[in-house]
Amino acid sequence: MKRLVVGAHYGLRDWLAQRITAVVMAVYLVVIAWVLLSTSPLTYDAWRSLFAQGWMRIATLLFAVSLAWHAWVGVRDIIMDYIKLDGLRLALEVSVLLLTAVYVGWTVQILWR
Amino acid sequence: MPSAAAKKLRPKFLSLPAILFQIRLPLPGWVSILHRLSGALLFFPFAAWLLYLLDASLASEQGFSRIKDHYLQLPVVKAAALLFIWSLCHHFCAGIRYLLIDVHVGVDLPAARYTSVAVIAGGLLLTAFFGARLW
Repeated sequence: MKRLVVGAHYGLRDWLAQRITAVVMAVYLVVIAWVLLSTSPLTYDAWRSLFAQGWMRIATLLFAVSLAWHAWVGVRDIIMDYIKLDGLRLALEVSVLLLTAVYVGWTVQILWR
Repeated sequence: MPSAAAKKLRPKFLSLPAILFQIRLPLPGWVSILHRLSGALLFFPFAAWLLYLLDASLASEQGFSRIKDHYLQLPVVKAAALLFIWSLCHHFCAGIRYLLIDVHVGVDLPAARYTSVAVIAGGLLLTAFFGARLW
């Protein structure tokens, strides 16, 4: 298999993914803000039945996955810019990856309890 | 004859006070660094905190009222919530600005300055709005 160690476009997929996930999250946030502002005061029953609906669970899961992907690209960029020690950088990147997995797993656990 | 630039001491190392008080970061630079800062804060600790709140408030009616009527009423928690709201609103507005710049909207300097002001103001106004709803 031929692999180039240098070249263009290696960041393109991450760049594109970060923007697509941003749009997904922005749409979700606007819808959520609208729903929450229009159901005031918020009761437990309204809150629970909101997250009991199928579309809301799927949308929230989509949000969580988008957040994980988006944050992985963004936080990795920050780590690459500021952390010069190789070992520390790798440790931090692995920590970020594990934390994104924890977030998604926790979201699934909350939504389908 | 040495030029004026050659006589300057290089490399120049900047202390944190110099970065904060001597260098005047242009407005788009402030939007950018605050976008980073808010993004990092949203990932950790705010995402974890939000999941905790969602978990506790959906678990039971007692959990919901404990979060809504007690926990979120604590002044320190409200201050943290305000910081979270600002982080989200600023990150949201700045993100839309970057998406527009990606499609070549607002790239030239006057427009970039104008949209920077709009992002910083928009973030603060949205924070004030949602903060008022929270209080």
